[in-house]
Amino acid sequence: MKTLKLMMYAVIATAMVALAQAQDNRTIRIATEGAFPPWNAVDTSGNPVGFDIDVGAALCERAELDCEFQTQAWDGIIPGLTVGKYDAVMAGMSITEKRKQVIAFSNPYALTSNYFVVRKSLDLPALDDSVRIDLSSETEKGKRALQALKENLKGTTIGVQGSTNAEAFVQAHLSDEVEIRTYDKQDNLNLDLVAGRIDGGLADFSVWKAFLESQDGASAELYGPRISGGLFGPGVGIGLRKEDTALASKFNTAIKSIIADGTLETISLKWFGTDVVPQPSDN
Amino acid sequence: MNWYLVIDAMPRLLSGALLTLQLAALSVLAGLVIALPLSLLRSSSSGVLSRPVLAYTFVFRGTPLLVQLFVIYYGAGQIEWIRTTSAWIILREPYWCALIAFSLNNAAYTTEILRGGIRAVPAGEVEAAKALGMSYALRTRRIVLPIAFRLALPAYANEVVLMLKASSLASTITIMELTGTSRKIVAQTFSPYEVFISAALIYLAITFVVVKAFARLERHLAHHLERVEKNNGGTDPVHKGPVQELDRDPVLQREAR
Repeated sequence: MKTLKLMMYAVIATAMVALAQAQDNRTIRIATEGAFPPWNAVDTSGNPVGFDIDVGAALCERAELDCEFQTQAWDGIIPGLTVGKYDAVMAGMSITEKRKQVIAFSNPYALTSNYFVVRKSLDLPALDDSVRIDLSSETEKGKRALQALKENLKGTTIGVQGSTNAEAFVQAHLSDEVEIRTYDKQDNLNLDLVAGRIDGGLADFSVWKAFLESQDGASAELYGPRISGGLFGPGVGIGLRKEDTALASKFNTAIKSIIADGTLETISLKWFGTDVVPQPSDN
Repeated sequence: MNWYLVIDAMPRLLSGALLTLQLAALSVLAGLVIALPLSLLRSSSSGVLSRPVLAYTFVFRGTPLLVQLFVIYYGAGQIEWIRTTSAWIILREPYWCALIAFSLNNAAYTTEILRGGIRAVPAGEVEAAKALGMSYALRTRRIVLPIAFRLALPAYANEVVLMLKASSLASTITIMELTGTSRKIVAQTFSPYEVFISAALIYLAITFVVVKAFARLERHLAHHLERVEKNNGGTDPVHKGPVQELDRDPVLQREAR
Protein backbone atom coordinates (compact mmCIF):
# COMPACT_ATOMS: atom_id res chain seq x y z
CA MET A 1 0.00 0.00 0.00
CA LYS A 2 2.79 2.36 0.95
CA THR A 3 4.71 1.58 -2.26
CA LEU A 4 1.57 2.27 -4.27
CA LYS A 5 1.18 5.69 -2.65
CA LEU A 6 4.83 6.46 -3.27
CA MET A 7 4.51 5.46 -6.90
CA MET A 8 1.48 7.72 -7.32
CA TYR A 9 3.38 10.68 -5.88
CA ALA A 10 6.23 9.94 -8.27
CA VAL A 11 3.87 9.88 -11.27
CA ILE A 12 2.20 13.14 -10.23
CA ALA A 13 5.54 14.84 -9.65
CA THR A 14 6.85 13.79 -13.06
CA ALA A 15 3.68 15.00 -14.73
CA MET A 16 3.95 18.38 -13.01
CA VAL A 17 7.57 18.83 -14.05
CA ALA A 18 6.65 17.95 -17.64
CA LEU A 19 3.77 20.43 -17.54
CA ALA A 20 5.97 23.21 -16.20
CA GLN A 21 8.52 22.57 -18.93
CA ALA A 22 5.80 22.61 -21.59
CA GLN A 23 4.65 26.01 -20.37
CA ASP A 24 8.18 27.36 -20.21
CA ASN A 25 9.19 27.07 -23.84
CA ARG A 26 5.75 26.92 -25.34
CA THR A 27 5.59 25.99 -29.00
CA ILE A 28 3.62 28.42 -31.15
CA ARG A 29 1.22 26.28 -33.14
CA ILE A 30 0.44 27.81 -36.54
CA ALA A 31 -2.52 26.52 -38.54
CA THR A 32 -2.57 26.47 -42.32
CA GLU A 33 -5.04 25.01 -44.79
CA GLY A 34 -2.69 22.88 -46.85
CA ALA A 35 -4.85 23.07 -49.99
CA PHE A 36 -4.29 26.57 -51.33
CA PRO A 37 -1.13 26.41 -53.43
CA PRO A 38 1.18 28.20 -53.76
CA TRP A 39 0.26 29.80 -50.42
CA ASN A 40 0.14 26.47 -48.65
CA ALA A 41 -0.12 22.84 -49.64
CA VAL A 42 0.99 19.47 -48.32
CA ASP A 43 3.83 17.51 -49.91
CA THR A 44 3.71 13.80 -50.65
CA SER A 45 4.68 12.91 -47.10
CA GLY A 46 1.93 15.09 -45.63
CA ASN A 47 4.08 17.99 -44.41
CA PRO A 48 2.82 21.51 -45.04
CA VAL A 49 4.82 23.47 -47.63
CA GLY A 50 4.35 26.80 -49.40
CA PHE A 51 4.73 30.54 -49.12
CA ASP A 52 2.94 30.75 -45.76
CA ILE A 53 5.15 28.04 -44.31
CA ASP A 54 8.40 29.62 -45.52
CA VAL A 55 7.36 33.07 -44.30
CA GLY A 56 6.25 31.56 -40.99
CA ALA A 57 9.60 29.84 -40.55
CA ALA A 58 11.48 33.07 -41.36
CA LEU A 59 9.33 35.07 -38.93
CA CYS A 60 9.73 32.56 -36.11
CA GLU A 61 13.48 32.57 -36.60
CA ARG A 62 13.56 36.39 -36.34
CA ALA A 63 11.25 36.49 -33.34
CA GLU A 64 13.11 33.57 -31.74
CA LEU A 65 9.94 31.57 -31.38
CA ASP A 66 9.57 27.82 -31.45
CA CYS A 67 6.96 27.23 -34.15
CA GLU A 68 5.11 24.25 -35.51
CA PHE A 69 2.73 24.12 -38.49
CA GLN A 70 -0.44 22.06 -38.55
CA THR A 71 -3.18 21.74 -41.15
CA GLN A 72 -6.81 22.67 -40.55
CA ALA A 73 -9.78 22.77 -42.94
CA TRP A 74 -10.39 26.32 -44.13
CA ASP A 75 -13.99 26.73 -43.03
CA GLY A 76 -13.16 25.99 -39.40
CA ILE A 77 -9.86 27.81 -39.25
CA ILE A 78 -11.09 30.88 -37.33
CA PRO A 79 -13.21 29.04 -34.72
CA GLY A 80 -10.21 26.72 -34.16
CA LEU A 81 -8.06 29.72 -33.38
CA THR A 82 -10.52 31.31 -30.97
CA VAL A 83 -11.00 28.09 -28.99
CA GLY A 84 -7.23 27.61 -28.75
CA LYS A 85 -6.55 24.57 -30.94
CA TYR A 86 -3.57 26.59 -32.22
CA ASP A 87 -2.13 30.07 -31.65
CA ALA A 88 -1.85 31.61 -35.10
CA VAL A 89 -3.22 31.23 -38.62
CA MET A 90 -1.08 31.66 -41.71
CA ALA A 91 -3.18 30.49 -44.60
CA GLY A 92 -3.27 33.27 -47.18
CA MET A 93 -5.96 34.89 -45.03
CA SER A 94 -6.86 38.44 -45.97
CA ILE A 95 -7.35 41.04 -43.29
CA THR A 96 -11.02 42.08 -43.35
CA GLU A 97 -13.25 44.14 -41.09
CA LYS A 98 -15.55 41.20 -40.54
CA ARG A 99 -12.77 38.86 -39.44
CA LYS A 100 -11.32 41.61 -37.25
CA GLN A 101 -14.50 41.52 -35.17
CA VAL A 102 -13.55 38.02 -34.06
CA ILE A 103 -9.77 37.77 -34.25
CA ALA A 104 -6.76 40.08 -34.42
CA PHE A 105 -4.32 40.36 -37.29
CA SER A 106 -0.64 41.12 -37.60
CA ASN A 107 0.43 43.66 -40.19
CA PRO A 108 0.10 42.32 -43.74
CA TYR A 109 2.89 40.07 -45.01
CA ALA A 110 1.54 39.87 -48.56
CA LEU A 111 -0.67 41.87 -50.88
CA THR A 112 -2.33 40.41 -53.96
CA SER A 113 -5.44 40.95 -56.02
CA ASN A 114 -8.35 38.98 -57.37
CA TYR A 115 -9.20 38.01 -60.92
CA PHE A 116 -11.92 36.10 -62.69
CA VAL A 117 -10.87 33.03 -64.64
CA VAL A 118 -13.23 31.61 -67.27
CA ARG A 119 -13.23 28.65 -69.66
CA LYS A 120 -11.78 29.60 -73.03
CA SER A 121 -14.60 27.74 -74.81
CA LEU A 122 -17.06 30.24 -73.32
CA ASP A 123 -15.91 32.89 -75.84
CA LEU A 124 -16.85 35.89 -73.75
CA PRO A 125 -16.41 39.34 -75.34
CA ALA A 126 -13.04 40.82 -74.48
CA LEU A 127 -12.79 43.31 -71.62
CA ASP A 128 -10.27 46.07 -71.11
CA ASP A 129 -8.04 44.48 -68.48
CA SER A 130 -5.80 47.49 -68.04
CA VAL A 131 -8.49 49.10 -65.89
CA ARG A 132 -8.46 48.18 -62.23
CA ILE A 133 -11.49 47.88 -60.04
CA ASP A 134 -10.53 49.32 -56.68
CA LEU A 135 -13.47 48.89 -54.38
CA SER A 136 -12.16 51.35 -51.78
CA SER A 137 -11.93 54.32 -54.19
CA GLU A 138 -14.87 54.33 -56.55
CA THR A 139 -13.75 55.96 -59.77
CA GLU A 140 -16.00 56.43 -62.81
CA LYS A 141 -13.73 54.16 -64.82
CA GLY A 142 -13.81 51.44 -62.19
CA LYS A 143 -17.59 51.58 -61.95
CA ARG A 144 -17.92 51.22 -65.71
CA ALA A 145 -15.50 48.28 -65.69
CA LEU A 146 -17.54 46.55 -62.98
CA GLN A 147 -20.74 47.15 -64.96
CA ALA A 148 -19.18 45.67 -68.12
CA LEU A 149 -17.99 42.66 -66.14
CA LYS A 150 -21.49 42.13 -64.77
CA GLU A 151 -23.07 42.27 -68.21
CA ASN A 152 -20.61 39.88 -69.79
CA LEU A 153 -20.83 37.32 -67.03
CA LYS A 154 -24.63 37.38 -66.94
CA GLY A 155 -26.14 33.87 -67.00
CA THR A 156 -22.90 32.04 -66.25
CA THR A 157 -22.14 29.78 -63.31
CA ILE A 158 -19.32 31.09 -61.16
CA GLY A 159 -17.47 29.08 -58.52
CA VAL A 160 -15.85 30.53 -55.42
CA GLN A 161 -14.25 29.04 -52.38
CA GLY A 162 -16.53 29.31 -49.35
CA SER A 163 -15.71 31.79 -46.57
CA THR A 164 -13.40 33.83 -48.81
CA ASN A 165 -13.48 37.47 -49.88
CA ALA A 166 -14.14 36.25 -53.40
CA GLU A 167 -17.37 34.70 -52.15
CA ALA A 168 -18.30 37.89 -50.35
CA PHE A 169 -17.65 39.86 -53.55
CA VAL A 170 -19.81 37.73 -55.86
CA GLN A 171 -22.58 37.60 -53.26
CA ALA A 172 -22.52 41.37 -52.97
CA HIS A 173 -22.11 42.36 -56.62
CA LEU A 174 -23.07 39.45 -58.89
CA SER A 175 -25.75 37.46 -57.07
CA ASP A 176 -28.45 38.66 -59.52
CA GLU A 177 -26.40 38.02 -62.64
CA VAL A 178 -24.70 34.66 -62.08
CA GLU A 179 -25.34 31.33 -60.40
CA ILE A 180 -22.90 31.00 -57.50
CA ARG A 181 -21.44 27.64 -56.49
CA THR A 182 -19.50 27.47 -53.26
CA TYR A 183 -16.60 25.04 -52.92
CA ASP A 184 -14.80 23.84 -49.83
CA LYS A 185 -11.45 23.78 -51.61
CA GLN A 186 -9.94 25.66 -54.53
CA ASP A 187 -8.71 22.30 -55.94
CA ASN A 188 -12.30 21.09 -56.30
CA LEU A 189 -13.33 24.35 -57.93
CA ASN A 190 -10.52 23.91 -60.48
CA LEU A 191 -11.65 20.34 -61.21
CA ASP A 192 -15.19 21.48 -61.91
CA LEU A 193 -13.96 24.37 -64.04
CA VAL A 194 -12.03 21.91 -66.21
CA ALA A 195 -14.99 19.51 -66.30
CA GLY A 196 -17.26 22.36 -67.40
CA ARG A 197 -19.65 22.22 -64.47
CA ILE A 198 -18.92 25.88 -63.86
CA ASP A 199 -18.02 28.56 -66.39
CA GLY A 200 -15.58 30.49 -64.28
CA GLY A 201 -14.35 31.38 -60.86
CA LEU A 202 -13.07 34.27 -58.81
CA ALA A 203 -9.94 33.94 -56.70
CA ASP A 204 -6.62 35.41 -55.84
CA PHE A 205 -4.17 35.84 -58.72
CA SER A 206 -1.52 33.79 -56.97
CA VAL A 207 -3.95 30.87 -56.75
CA TRP A 208 -4.90 31.10 -60.43
CA LYS A 209 -1.26 31.28 -61.48
CA ALA A 210 -0.53 27.75 -60.26
CA PHE A 211 -3.69 26.45 -61.91
CA LEU A 212 -3.28 28.23 -65.25
CA GLU A 213 0.29 26.98 -65.56
CA SER A 214 -0.83 23.39 -64.99
CA GLN A 215 -1.93 21.10 -67.82
CA ASP A 216 -5.57 21.27 -66.75
CA GLY A 217 -5.49 25.04 -66.67
CA ALA A 218 -4.78 25.27 -70.39
CA SER A 219 -8.52 25.34 -71.08
CA ALA A 220 -9.02 28.44 -68.94
CA GLU A 221 -7.83 32.04 -68.98
CA LEU A 222 -7.80 35.20 -66.88
CA TYR A 223 -10.77 37.41 -67.64
CA GLY A 224 -11.44 41.03 -66.98
CA PRO A 225 -9.85 43.59 -64.72
CA ARG A 226 -7.95 43.20 -61.49
CA ILE A 227 -10.20 43.56 -58.45
CA SER A 228 -8.93 44.77 -55.09
CA GLY A 229 -9.64 47.04 -52.13
CA GLY A 230 -12.89 47.34 -50.20
CA LEU A 231 -14.01 44.01 -48.87
CA PHE A 232 -10.81 42.39 -50.14
CA GLY A 233 -8.94 44.24 -47.39
CA PRO A 234 -5.41 45.60 -47.02
CA GLY A 235 -3.64 42.29 -47.61
CA VAL A 236 -2.82 38.97 -46.06
CA GLY A 237 -1.95 38.87 -42.36
CA ILE A 238 -1.35 36.41 -39.56
CA GLY A 239 -4.55 35.63 -37.70
CA LEU A 240 -4.15 35.81 -33.91
CA ARG A 241 -6.34 35.76 -30.85
CA LYS A 242 -7.27 39.26 -29.71
CA GLU A 243 -5.74 38.79 -26.26
CA ASP A 244 -2.34 37.65 -27.61
CA THR A 245 -1.02 41.19 -28.10
CA ALA A 246 2.54 40.26 -27.12
CA LEU A 247 2.67 37.62 -29.85
CA ALA A 248 1.22 40.12 -32.35
CA SER A 249 3.92 42.69 -31.67
CA LYS A 250 6.63 40.03 -31.92
CA PHE A 251 5.31 39.02 -35.34
CA ASN A 252 4.97 42.65 -36.47
CA THR A 253 8.60 43.39 -35.63
CA ALA A 254 9.66 40.24 -37.45
CA ILE A 255 7.59 41.14 -40.55
CA LYS A 256 9.20 44.57 -40.67
CA SER A 257 12.59 42.95 -40.42
CA ILE A 258 12.09 40.39 -43.23
CA ILE A 259 10.65 43.08 -45.51
CA ALA A 260 13.61 45.38 -44.82
CA ASP A 261 16.35 42.86 -45.63
CA GLY A 262 14.61 41.35 -48.69
CA THR A 263 13.94 37.92 -47.19
CA LEU A 264 10.21 38.24 -47.88
CA GLU A 265 10.84 39.22 -51.50
CA THR A 266 13.04 36.16 -52.00
CA ILE A 267 10.34 33.88 -50.61
CA SER A 268 7.70 35.66 -52.70
CA LEU A 269 9.69 35.18 -55.91
CA LYS A 270 10.28 31.55 -55.04
CA TRP A 271 6.58 30.70 -54.71
CA PHE A 272 4.72 33.23 -56.85
CA GLY A 273 7.32 34.27 -59.41
CA THR A 274 6.22 37.82 -58.65
CA ASP A 275 6.54 40.33 -55.86
CA VAL A 276 3.68 40.22 -53.34
CA VAL A 277 5.52 42.18 -50.64
CA PRO A 278 3.16 44.80 -49.17
CA GLN A 279 4.07 48.49 -49.37
CA PRO A 280 6.15 49.66 -46.39
CA SER A 281 3.48 52.29 -45.71
CA ASP A 282 1.13 49.45 -44.85
CA ASN A 283 3.30 48.51 -41.92
CA MET B 1 -25.76 31.27 -26.83
CA ASN B 2 -26.67 34.23 -28.99
CA TRP B 3 -30.40 33.70 -29.52
CA TYR B 4 -30.71 36.58 -31.91
CA LEU B 5 -28.27 34.82 -34.22
CA VAL B 6 -30.26 31.58 -34.03
CA ILE B 7 -33.50 33.35 -34.96
CA ASP B 8 -31.70 35.25 -37.70
CA ALA B 9 -30.29 32.09 -39.24
CA MET B 10 -33.45 29.99 -38.87
CA PRO B 11 -35.18 30.81 -42.20
CA ARG B 12 -32.03 29.95 -44.16
CA LEU B 13 -31.51 26.77 -42.12
CA LEU B 14 -35.11 25.69 -42.71
CA SER B 15 -34.85 26.18 -46.46
CA GLY B 16 -31.67 24.10 -46.32
CA ALA B 17 -33.58 21.48 -44.32
CA LEU B 18 -36.19 21.37 -47.08
CA LEU B 19 -33.50 20.39 -49.57
CA THR B 20 -32.17 17.81 -47.11
CA LEU B 21 -35.66 16.33 -46.80
CA GLN B 22 -36.12 16.28 -50.55
CA LEU B 23 -32.75 14.60 -51.17
CA ALA B 24 -33.28 12.00 -48.44
CA ALA B 25 -36.89 11.24 -49.44
CA LEU B 26 -36.10 10.80 -53.14
CA SER B 27 -33.02 8.67 -52.37
CA VAL B 28 -34.98 6.41 -50.04
CA LEU B 29 -37.78 6.08 -52.59
CA ALA B 30 -35.44 5.30 -55.48
CA GLY B 31 -33.47 2.97 -53.21
CA LEU B 32 -36.59 1.01 -52.32
CA VAL B 33 -37.66 0.69 -55.97
CA ILE B 34 -34.21 -0.64 -56.90
CA ALA B 35 -33.92 -2.86 -53.83
CA LEU B 36 -37.25 -4.68 -54.18
CA PRO B 37 -36.39 -6.78 -57.27
CA LEU B 38 -32.74 -7.05 -56.20
CA SER B 39 -33.66 -8.51 -52.82
CA LEU B 40 -35.72 -11.24 -54.55
CA LEU B 41 -32.77 -12.04 -56.83
CA ARG B 42 -30.44 -11.94 -53.85
CA SER B 43 -32.51 -14.50 -51.92
CA SER B 44 -32.82 -16.77 -54.94
CA SER B 45 -31.18 -20.16 -54.56
CA SER B 46 -29.63 -19.81 -58.01
CA GLY B 47 -26.08 -18.48 -57.82
CA VAL B 48 -26.32 -16.94 -61.29
CA LEU B 49 -29.08 -14.67 -60.04
CA SER B 50 -27.87 -13.93 -56.53
CA ARG B 51 -24.13 -13.46 -57.03
CA PRO B 52 -24.18 -10.31 -59.21
CA VAL B 53 -26.47 -8.69 -56.63
CA LEU B 54 -24.14 -9.79 -53.85
CA ALA B 55 -21.23 -8.16 -55.71
CA TYR B 56 -23.20 -4.92 -55.96
CA THR B 57 -24.20 -4.81 -52.31
CA PHE B 58 -20.68 -5.83 -51.28
CA VAL B 59 -19.12 -2.91 -53.15
CA PHE B 60 -21.61 -0.28 -52.00
CA ARG B 61 -21.70 -1.44 -48.39
CA GLY B 62 -17.96 -1.95 -48.25
CA THR B 63 -16.89 1.55 -49.32
CA PRO B 64 -17.61 4.90 -47.68
CA LEU B 65 -20.51 6.88 -49.13
CA LEU B 66 -18.28 9.95 -49.36
CA VAL B 67 -15.90 8.05 -51.64
CA GLN B 68 -18.80 6.88 -53.81
CA LEU B 69 -20.06 10.44 -54.04
CA PHE B 70 -16.63 11.75 -55.07
CA VAL B 71 -16.14 8.97 -57.63
CA ILE B 72 -19.47 9.81 -59.25
CA TYR B 73 -19.06 13.59 -59.03
CA TYR B 74 -15.38 14.33 -59.56
CA GLY B 75 -14.54 10.99 -61.21
CA ALA B 76 -17.12 11.32 -63.95
CA GLY B 77 -16.05 14.91 -64.59
CA GLN B 78 -12.45 13.85 -65.14
CA ILE B 79 -13.18 11.38 -67.93
CA GLU B 80 -13.22 13.09 -71.29
CA TRP B 81 -15.63 10.81 -73.18
CA ILE B 82 -18.31 10.92 -70.49
CA ARG B 83 -18.45 14.67 -70.93
CA THR B 84 -19.31 14.20 -74.62
CA THR B 85 -22.22 11.82 -74.00
CA SER B 86 -25.76 12.82 -73.11
CA ALA B 87 -25.26 11.33 -69.63
CA TRP B 88 -23.22 14.45 -68.90
CA ILE B 89 -26.42 16.52 -68.86
CA ILE B 90 -27.31 14.65 -65.66
CA LEU B 91 -23.81 14.10 -64.26
CA ARG B 92 -23.01 17.78 -64.77
CA GLU B 93 -25.44 18.73 -62.00
CA PRO B 94 -24.27 18.19 -58.41
CA TYR B 95 -27.87 17.51 -57.34
CA TRP B 96 -28.23 14.53 -59.67
CA CYS B 97 -24.82 13.15 -58.75
CA ALA B 98 -25.80 13.23 -55.07
CA LEU B 99 -29.15 11.60 -55.82
CA ILE B 100 -27.50 8.80 -57.84
CA ALA B 101 -24.86 8.09 -55.20
CA PHE B 102 -27.36 8.16 -52.32
CA SER B 103 -29.92 5.99 -54.15
CA LEU B 104 -27.38 3.32 -55.12
CA ASN B 105 -25.94 3.25 -51.61
CA ASN B 106 -29.34 3.16 -49.97
CA ALA B 107 -30.53 0.44 -52.40
CA ALA B 108 -27.56 -1.77 -51.45
CA TYR B 109 -28.39 -1.60 -47.75
CA THR B 110 -32.14 -1.95 -48.34
CA THR B 111 -31.53 -5.02 -50.53
CA GLU B 112 -29.71 -6.75 -47.69
CA ILE B 113 -32.31 -5.70 -45.14
CA LEU B 114 -35.18 -7.01 -47.27
CA ARG B 115 -33.27 -10.19 -48.01
CA GLY B 116 -32.98 -10.75 -44.26
CA GLY B 117 -36.74 -10.29 -44.01
CA ILE B 118 -37.41 -12.72 -46.88
CA ARG B 119 -35.19 -15.36 -45.34
CA ALA B 120 -36.96 -14.97 -42.01
CA VAL B 121 -40.41 -15.71 -43.46
CA PRO B 122 -41.53 -18.89 -41.64
CA ALA B 123 -41.12 -21.90 -43.92
CA GLY B 124 -44.56 -23.13 -42.88
CA GLU B 125 -46.26 -20.11 -44.43
CA VAL B 126 -44.49 -20.64 -47.74
CA GLU B 127 -45.27 -24.34 -47.68
CA ALA B 128 -48.92 -23.62 -46.98
CA ALA B 129 -49.01 -21.28 -49.96
CA LYS B 130 -47.39 -23.92 -52.14
CA ALA B 131 -49.88 -26.50 -50.90
CA LEU B 132 -52.69 -24.21 -51.98
CA GLY B 133 -51.21 -24.21 -55.46
CA MET B 134 -50.03 -20.60 -55.47
CA SER B 135 -47.53 -19.75 -58.21
CA TYR B 136 -44.15 -18.14 -57.30
CA ALA B 137 -45.39 -14.72 -58.32
CA LEU B 138 -48.61 -14.98 -56.37
CA ARG B 139 -47.08 -16.29 -53.16
CA THR B 140 -44.27 -13.75 -53.36
CA ARG B 141 -46.79 -10.96 -53.68
CA ARG B 142 -49.34 -12.19 -51.16
CA ILE B 143 -47.32 -14.12 -48.60
CA VAL B 144 -43.55 -13.63 -48.73
CA LEU B 145 -43.16 -9.90 -49.34
CA PRO B 146 -45.81 -8.69 -46.86
CA ILE B 147 -44.33 -10.84 -44.09
CA ALA B 148 -40.75 -10.01 -45.10
CA PHE B 149 -41.46 -6.31 -45.14
CA ARG B 150 -43.05 -6.44 -41.71
CA LEU B 151 -40.10 -8.34 -40.29
CA ALA B 152 -37.58 -6.00 -41.94
CA LEU B 153 -39.36 -2.79 -40.94
CA PRO B 154 -37.42 -1.95 -37.74
CA ALA B 155 -34.08 -2.38 -39.55
CA TYR B 156 -35.40 -0.45 -42.53
CA ALA B 157 -36.53 2.46 -40.35
CA ASN B 158 -32.98 2.61 -39.06
CA GLU B 159 -31.63 2.76 -42.60
CA VAL B 160 -33.98 5.63 -43.50
CA VAL B 161 -32.71 7.63 -40.52
CA LEU B 162 -29.11 6.88 -41.51
CA MET B 163 -29.85 8.07 -45.06
CA LEU B 164 -31.29 11.31 -43.73
CA LYS B 165 -28.08 12.03 -41.86
CA ALA B 166 -25.85 10.80 -44.69
CA SER B 167 -27.47 13.38 -46.97
CA SER B 168 -25.27 15.94 -45.18
CA LEU B 169 -22.41 14.67 -47.39
CA ALA B 170 -24.06 16.46 -50.31
CA SER B 171 -22.60 19.66 -48.88
CA THR B 172 -19.15 18.48 -50.04
CA ILE B 173 -20.21 18.81 -53.69
CA THR B 174 -21.53 22.40 -53.47
CA ILE B 175 -25.12 21.48 -52.57
CA MET B 176 -26.45 23.91 -49.98
CA GLU B 177 -28.60 21.58 -47.92
CA LEU B 178 -28.91 21.85 -44.13
CA THR B 179 -25.26 21.10 -43.33
CA GLY B 180 -23.94 23.14 -46.27
CA THR B 181 -26.09 26.10 -45.27
CA SER B 182 -24.93 25.82 -41.66
CA ARG B 183 -21.29 25.81 -42.69
CA LYS B 184 -21.89 28.84 -44.86
CA ILE B 185 -23.58 30.74 -42.02
CA VAL B 186 -20.76 29.74 -39.65
CA ALA B 187 -18.27 31.10 -42.17
CA GLN B 188 -20.09 34.44 -42.16
CA THR B 189 -20.77 34.74 -38.46
CA PHE B 190 -17.88 32.72 -36.97
CA SER B 191 -20.35 31.28 -34.45
CA PRO B 192 -20.20 27.51 -34.84
CA TYR B 193 -22.04 26.65 -31.62
CA GLU B 194 -25.29 28.50 -32.23
CA VAL B 195 -25.58 27.51 -35.88
CA PHE B 196 -24.54 23.87 -35.64
CA ILE B 197 -26.68 23.29 -32.55
CA SER B 198 -29.67 24.74 -34.40
CA ALA B 199 -28.93 22.47 -37.37
CA ALA B 200 -28.59 19.48 -35.06
CA LEU B 201 -31.97 20.27 -33.50
CA ILE B 202 -33.58 20.40 -36.94
CA TYR B 203 -32.07 17.01 -37.83
CA LEU B 204 -33.29 15.68 -34.49
CA ALA B 205 -36.82 16.93 -35.14
CA ILE B 206 -36.95 15.33 -38.59
CA THR B 207 -35.57 12.05 -37.21
CA PHE B 208 -38.17 12.13 -34.44
CA VAL B 209 -40.99 12.40 -36.97
CA VAL B 210 -39.52 9.62 -39.15
CA VAL B 211 -39.08 7.27 -36.19
CA LYS B 212 -42.62 7.96 -34.95
CA ALA B 213 -44.08 7.38 -38.41
CA PHE B 214 -42.29 4.04 -38.74
CA ALA B 215 -43.37 2.96 -35.25
CA ARG B 216 -46.95 3.68 -36.22
CA LEU B 217 -46.59 1.78 -39.51
CA GLU B 218 -45.07 -1.13 -37.63
CA ARG B 219 -48.00 -1.25 -35.24
CA HIS B 220 -50.41 -0.97 -38.13
CA LEU B 221 -48.84 -3.87 -40.05
CA ALA B 222 -48.62 -6.11 -37.00
CA HIS B 223 -52.14 -5.31 -35.85
CA HIS B 224 -53.51 -8.80 -36.48
CA LEU B 225 -50.72 -10.31 -34.38
CA GLU B 226 -51.37 -8.21 -31.34
CA ARG B 227 -52.68 -9.84 -28.24
CA VAL B 228 -56.27 -8.83 -27.73
CA GLU B 229 -56.93 -7.27 -24.37
CA LYS B 230 -58.79 -9.37 -21.89
CA ASN B 231 -62.46 -8.74 -21.07
CA ASN B 232 -62.90 -6.05 -23.67
CA GLY B 233 -65.60 -7.92 -25.47
CA GLY B 234 -63.44 -8.09 -28.59
CA THR B 235 -63.56 -10.89 -31.06
CA ASP B 236 -60.78 -13.21 -32.07
CA PRO B 237 -59.93 -12.15 -35.65
CA VAL B 238 -58.74 -15.63 -36.60
CA HIS B 239 -61.60 -17.72 -35.32
CA LYS B 240 -64.30 -15.10 -35.78
CA GLY B 241 -65.70 -15.93 -32.39
CA PRO B 242 -65.45 -14.53 -28.90
CA VAL B 243 -61.92 -14.19 -27.63
CA GLN B 244 -60.62 -17.36 -26.11
CA GLU B 245 -59.00 -16.46 -22.89
CA LEU B 246 -56.20 -18.75 -21.90
CA ASP B 247 -56.82 -18.15 -18.20
CA ARG B 248 -60.25 -19.68 -18.46
CA ASP B 249 -59.14 -22.63 -20.53
CA PRO B 250 -60.00 -25.62 -18.34
CA VAL B 251 -57.11 -27.69 -19.72
CA LEU B 252 -54.50 -25.01 -19.12
CA GLN B 253 -55.90 -24.28 -15.70
CA ARG B 254 -55.55 -27.90 -14.76
CA GLU B 255 -51.99 -28.00 -16.09
CA ALA B 256 -51.04 -24.94 -14.17
CA ARG B 257 -51.99 -26.60 -10.99
